[in-house]
Amino acid sequence: MTSMAIGKAINAGLRRAMENDPKVLVMGEDVGKLGGVFRVTDGLQKDFGEDRVIDTPLAESGIIGTAVGLALRGYRPVCEIQFDGFVFPGYDQIVSQVAKMHFRSGGRLRVPMVIRIPFGGGIGAVEHHSESPEAYFAHTPGLKVVAVSSAVDAYWMIQQAITLDDPVVFFEPKRRYWEKADVDEEGSPDLALEAARVVRSGTDATLIAYGPMVKTCADAAAAAAEEGRSLEVIDLRSLSPLDLPVVFDSVRRTGRCVVVHEAQRALGIGAEVAARVTEECFYSLEAPVLRVTGFDTPYPPSRVEEEYLPDLDRVLDGVDRALAY
Amino acid sequence: MTVETDAIAAGMPAHDEHELVQLLTPEGERVAHPDYDHLVGDVTDEDIRALYRDLVLARRIDTEAVALQRQGELGLWASLLGQEAAQVGSGRALRAQDHAFPTYREHGVAWCRGVEPGLLLGLFRGVDQGSWDPRENNFHLYTIVIGAQTLHATGYAMGVQRDGAVGTGDADRDTAVIAYFGDGATSQGDVNEAFIWAAVTNAPVVFFCQNNQWAISEPLERQTRIPLYKRAAGFGFPGVRVDGNDVLACLAVSREALQRARDGEGPTLIEAYTYRMGAHTTTDDPTRYRLAADLEHWKLKDPIERVKAYLTRGGGADAEFFESVEGEAEAMAEHLRAYCRGLPDPSATSIFEHVYVEPTPALVQQRDELATYLTSFDIGGDGSVGNDSVAGEEAHR
Repeated sequence: MTSMAIGKAINAGLRRAMENDPKVLVMGEDVGKLGGVFRVTDGLQKDFGEDRVIDTPLAESGIIGTAVGLALRGYRPVCEIQFDGFVFPGYDQIVSQVAKMHFRSGGRLRVPMVIRIPFGGGIGAVEHHSESPEAYFAHTPGLKVVAVSSAVDAYWMIQQAITLDDPVVFFEPKRRYWEKADVDEEGSPDLALEAARVVRSGTDATLIAYGPMVKTCADAAAAAAEEGRSLEVIDLRSLSPLDLPVVFDSVRRTGRCVVVHEAQRALGIGAEVAARVTEECFYSLEAPVLRVTGFDTPYPPSRVEEEYLPDLDRVLDGVDRALAY
Repeated sequence: MTVETDAIAAGMPAHDEHELVQLLTPEGERVAHPDYDHLVGDVTDEDIRALYRDLVLARRIDTEAVALQRQGELGLWASLLGQEAAQVGSGRALRAQDHAFPTYREHGVAWCRGVEPGLLLGLFRGVDQGSWDPRENNFHLYTIVIGAQTLHATGYAMGVQRDGAVGTGDADRDTAVIAYFGDGATSQGDVNEAFIWAAVTNAPVVFFCQNNQWAISEPLERQTRIPLYKRAAGFGFPGVRVDGNDVLACLAVSREALQRARDGEGPTLIEAYTYRMGAHTTTDDPTRYRLAADLEHWKLKDPIERVKAYLTRGGGADAEFFESVEGEAEAMAEHLRAYCRGLPDPSATSIFEHVYVEPTPALVQQRDELATYLTSFDIGGDGSVGNDSVAGEEAHR
């Protein structure tokens, strides 16, 4: 067991993937000598060389588009997009090329690549550095989309994503990069990449979260327990595909469901979860599925981001509203 | 190599800026060129006859596809008319191990790569989105989003570098990649990013721009203030403009650039100066934006007629040869007609295949829902609804 922060766990997972498969490449802006602006790729270029850890020109479409070509040649590129808000110059390549290549080629061509994106707010950053664009990608057939919430998952899920033959958009909760946990590097992952995890069992209501909001929800559930309320917390982990049986099973037991994410509310992951839960658990529901999310505004200036971002109190307020039905 | 290394180092065009590399005039006269003659020194009359055959067959594939669209057999076709020499000249400069990344108009390159011409029709008929195996002929699927494939080609070339398949001196191992695009695409960010990536990584990629003067209705001056090949200098690699209607010159210039790539000397931009003789696609109406007189001017530079004139004048081919090629072309057309009409519509539930390597539970559920829905119309009891027999069978299980 090694105590590791999430950022360090991704670094260790990348290192292990590169050791296991010489076709694995890391590419992006500042990922080499600097080790990435969050140091997630620290030391990799030194150990694996400039051909495998590539400091690219500063253009996101170029990063994704050349990674497609490398994947077609048999490589497994792991692209880093430096910040969530910078992914959009590469959006066309991701949505029109990466996502569709396997489908349009009738399964002849695979693009096994991973696109790592640090996402979410809460770090006091300037604009374009705190966004949660996951729904754009989860809405796109052909992409797998995951978000990690702990060092253990980070270590294993990055390796699972790299091994997968489908393209994966890999969201990293940047404000939790420094959250530590004990990681057993010699073990094996306890869940498939696409599986959700019940983080905390409960009976009164189900909280559904992913990425940075998993900790917020776990903290909220701990606080609620002190008041005698038993909240179940589910970490979705995979946003496309969604592991809905885990969600349905929980909601059928608790009868109440609150979805929590930083991203804006309309047409987000919460909307999809709410629709599916309503379809499948209609007769078990004691209350409508509620959402505690960012608001339908552009991400605000950092001095008011605490009001924008769901926190423990807003999550509990959502639970109160669900329990009031 | 004829490219001046000093010029490359200075980021300057390798050749005089006013020069259009031409080896065969529109009248079919072979003209000498100090830098490029040696690159086609091995080309015999037999080879020229083979190029002529390629040109004629490429055009026949194209005209037949246009006809099939007019008859309602294809939803759309993007004609290559006028660009046969650029495509055949570059296509025949490729070696088996080289890899080509086309737009949606490179039917002549596909022919040179050995792709069954019937397979080109599926995308335009609407029965698939690219049905050839790019790994078999090293010819990627057509790319419709303008310029996106130039980045794929560059990345692929970076992979070639990492495989150690450049600069070894082994003619069967050293590999070049060629990216096709048009004049309009040079305005796209992806193309400019591909230039930058290729330059700083010294990737073995040739950027082959068919400047056919038109991006649908927009003429070249809407895309550029300078000749396109001169842009290469700003990115730090050589650029050359070639007569895109001269198959011999296109062969020579492509051979040089591809060999530079294979030798590890990096990218080249080739601007094949040509003209789109047809509409952008079968839905376009060029009479709204260009003059018939321009078309007449370019008809005199036809890429096929000049080769025919050359072969006829020099005794390189006789009437029997030309007749045999015409016969082949007619047989090709007939093959395409039959092939096209024989293409089956995909089953409704086939759309769920290949979204992912393994279908997700949600996709399986949606597929089953669709199959059940379609079967609800089944009054024959045999599980079939039109072409959706697969859906019906699945639902009956």
